[in-house]
This record gives sequence, C-alpha cells and structure tokens, in this order.
Amino acid sequence: MTLTSLAFYLFATVSVASAFMVIASRNPVYSVLFLILTFFNSAGLFILMGAEFLALILVVVYVGAVAVLFLFVVMMLDIDFAELSEGFLQYLPIGATVGLILLLELLLVFGASSRLADSNPLPRATPEGMTNAEALGRVLYTDYIYYFQAAGAILLVAMIGAIVLTLVKSNNPRRQNIAEQNARTKEDGVALVDVKPGQGL
Amino acid sequence: MTGIGLTHYLTLAAILFTIGVFGIFLNRKNVIIILMSIELMLLAVNINLVAFSAFLGDLVGQVFALLVLTVAAGEAAIGLAILVVYFRNRGGIAVEDVSQMKG
Repeated sequence: MTLTSLAFYLFATVSVASAFMVIASRNPVYSVLFLILTFFNSAGLFILMGAEFLALILVVVYVGAVAVLFLFVVMMLDIDFAELSEGFLQYLPIGATVGLILLLELLLVFGASSRLADSNPLPRATPEGMTNAEALGRVLYTDYIYYFQAAGAILLVAMIGAIVLTLVKSNNPRRQNIAEQNARTKEDGVALVDVKPGQGL
Repeated sequence: MTGIGLTHYLTLAAILFTIGVFGIFLNRKNVIIILMSIELMLLAVNINLVAFSAFLGDLVGQVFALLVLTVAAGEAAIGLAILVVYFRNRGGIAVEDVSQMKG
C-alpha cells in the first residue's frame, strides 16, 4: 500500500465518520466542529487529487468563514436543542431507506461503468511545469471570465441580502445633534439643589 | 487494486452525499443541521467535480467547483440570515411553522 493510498483511506475514513457525526450529534456546536473536521479532510483529498488551490480555498472560505458563521449563529440563538431533537428517531426508518437506496444506485452506476475502472492512479489536471493556481487562473480569467464576474455578483447580492435581512432599524438612534448641543446654556444644563444635612435627595 | 482511482473518489462522494440526504431526514426539526447537511451535499458534489477534472485532464471541473463553492457560501449566509430573522420574529426555529412566513 503506497503512501497515497494510505493518505486517501485516512482522509476518507475520517471525513465520512465526521460527516456522520455532523448529522448524529445532539449538540449543534459539536455538529459545526465535526463539519470543520470534514472540510479539513476534504481539503486533504483535494490535495491528493492535485487541486491545491481549491483545497486551500476550502480551508479559508469554508472553515474560516462559513463554519464560523454557523458557529456564531448556533451560539447566538438561544434555542432549546433538546426539544428540537425529540423526534430524532421518528424519521430514522424512512431516512435510512431513502439513503440506502440512493447510495446503492450511485454505487451501481459507478460499478457498471467500465471506463471509470481503469483510471488507477488518477492523472493530474494541471499541465506540466505550471502550478495549479496559475493553470486555474489562466482558465478562469480568460474563458470563464463572465462566470467569474457572475460569481462576484452573487456574493455581492448575498452580502447585501444578509445585511438587509438582519439589519434592525432603531426607533431611537442616538445621533449627535450639534445645534442642540451648542444651544445648551448654563441655566438648563445645571440645577443647584439645596440639600439639607442628613436627609439626602 | 494498485492505486487510488476515480472510483474511490466517486464512492466517497456518494457516501458523503447520502449522509447529507440522511441528515435532512433525520433532523427534520433543526434547520441549522439541515443547512449543514446541504453543505455536506455540496461538498460531495465538489469532490465529484474535482475528481472528474483530474480524470479527464480538464481544469474546467475545478472552475465549476470554485463556482459551486461561491454559491454555497452565499447560500449559507442568506440561509443563516433568514434563520436569525425567523428566530427574532417567533422565538424559535421549529421547521413545522416555517410555512407561516409566506404572505
């Protein structure tokens, strides 16, 4: 067994196990942490496949942004998670049935295709003498520039949408009113109170 | 079995996708876990795209994986924003009552 096979089986086992723990653990904080573990192992698989740039993007974008966003939301919302996981086992039979059928169908498709079998080991998509990021950039910034721009537009729309959805308009914004501040006089700003000894205000 | 080929990656992606579908069924009441299951399914799709990109020697698969990543990030942001607004309005995130959001 070569080092590549060993690395593949390690990453694959850990990612499948942690993906299962994402959906099985009762505490959503643990789910998010297992999701992060799944992303890290998938990044390792991407590197094995020769997609280094995407692997690092996966770590930066998913682990650094999306998973932390999930973590923030889970911790921010005050939810009784025990109540949410009440009917946990109620949907287990139908879920397991649908999942098993789906998995069997997908595996049958791969097993039936003979062309897929003779691909050991997997070739590299990156041309020789070029880094993966450079090759990807050459394709992305020339042939797929419009898709790239569309992706940027989608991110902009998502950002504006998220801000608009969660923005709370305050009824009483505490803005500075300079004219009001300048119009203040000593008479309406200071009040002298004659306090008798031992009584307080 | 000499090396790790395309079939290995496709099988792994199929298992991950199935876990995602299973998670949606299993956690019917918890929207956060449902969103995480969707992220898992998109990750499986990305593994498929990158594996086929390597298999066919064509970098376009990786470009597509990058676009899927973008859309997934946007979807997570919007989904969580909707979740926060829904929680603010109703004080809970029960999926059964989500249909009240319409109209």
